[in-house]
Amino acid sequence: MRTASRLIRDIEDKIPEAKAKIKKLYAYTGQSFIIGITGAPGAGKSTLTDALIAQFRRKNKTVGVLAVDPTSPFSGGAILGDRIRMQKHAEDAGVFVRSLATRGALGGLSQAAGDAIHVMEAMGKDVIIVETVGIGQQEIDIINHAHSVAVVLVPGMGDEIQTMKAGLMEIADIFVINKANRAGAKQLQMELETMLNLSDKAAGGWKPPIVLVGDAFDPRMFAADTAALAQQIENHHVYLEQSGKLTERMHRKALAEIHEALRSCLLEPIVQTLTASGDMKRFAEKIKNRKADPYTVAEEISQRFFKQREENDRPSET
Amino acid sequence: MPERKIRVMVAKPGLDGHDRGARILARYFRDAGFEVVYTGCHQTPEQIAAAAVQEDVDLVGLSCLSGAHRALFPRVVELLRERGAEDITVIGGGIIPEQDIPALQEAGVKAVFTPGASLESIVEWIKNNVKPH
Repeated sequence: MRTASRLIRDIEDKIPEAKAKIKKLYAYTGQSFIIGITGAPGAGKSTLTDALIAQFRRKNKTVGVLAVDPTSPFSGGAILGDRIRMQKHAEDAGVFVRSLATRGALGGLSQAAGDAIHVMEAMGKDVIIVETVGIGQQEIDIINHAHSVAVVLVPGMGDEIQTMKAGLMEIADIFVINKANRAGAKQLQMELETMLNLSDKAAGGWKPPIVLVGDAFDPRMFAADTAALAQQIENHHVYLEQSGKLTERMHRKALAEIHEALRSCLLEPIVQTLTASGDMKRFAEKIKNRKADPYTVAEEISQRFFKQREENDRPSET
Repeated sequence: MPERKIRVMVAKPGLDGHDRGARILARYFRDAGFEVVYTGCHQTPEQIAAAAVQEDVDLVGLSCLSGAHRALFPRVVELLRERGAEDITVIGGGIIPEQDIPALQEAGVKAVFTPGASLESIVEWIKNNVKPH
């Protein structure tokens, strides 16, 4: 347990040895079912995650949870408060909850999320629930990591046009209308249904179900509603497997992983070198004074680094 | 070597729902650049220790205003030790009588902050005494 949580920490802090460890455990990943829970701040993602943990534990499945909260752009600090809703599972050895701060990532997750998922997969978790930071309309990195995505909505967040917009409303495999005891839930449901009937997903294939979840302070109703949600998530999993869509999603995930790895192997060392040498500051100064433009600077930097690489790769003459 | 970020947990053990102080501290820690896991009220020492290990925090700050600190604080230290996590620093605060402090420190609570302690002094203490793992 400590090894796993320390490894996730090393990934977050970009300790070089962490990469080597991920390389080793990568062969043991890819077996878990990964669920994304996303939606606006305060929509109820953590509370639903807590309820889903209980549902999956009832079926004797082990659960890993990654819960992301925002990092301050000013202090670099963060309040990680998702756990508050999940503490009743803290002593259950079948549940592992880890909070992550975004540390500047803008897609609703953290740069470390992908590898943190890998660690939980290697721990052998049957189900991994990834709760994104509270999001708006298009922080949708979660689709590159999860097999099934539940988008959590609450009544009263705008008119019908909001359901037609691109981004968040397109990525849902399951819609949750949370706090459905509140006014406007039925209307939101109707608007979503209208939107879904227009989408071509409805023709054959998977039509995202809409699950209404009522008052969390009414335990019996809440348990029944979240059981229905867990069931829909499992239905989607079965659909993915039987339709061959799972392979499609795994392919998308693999592409995203290469992209991420390239960034960390190519871009990050360049930025680090330039920052350490003071060149970054000089470039910024030039651009600020309009003595150069960012594209020319980027071209110059990339030429310099690729040349260096070629020289390093050339066999020395003997 | 990249720099480690300090991760701390603020926790309220026992039957004590007064978390204004703990929340202010959590917020202040955020502004000091720490990543702060806040777990809310009514936690058992077992829950706190398990969460601290899963979250790989460097420090657990316990807050207690109910008078049960003599039982609860040492128990958290003991449970962390049982889990092989004695490297996690435990500090405490709240309504704690002066005469209880030596016993708490003896039990492994590294520092105790009572009413009147400034927020800056607590952050200062953490920065001086906690090395990230």
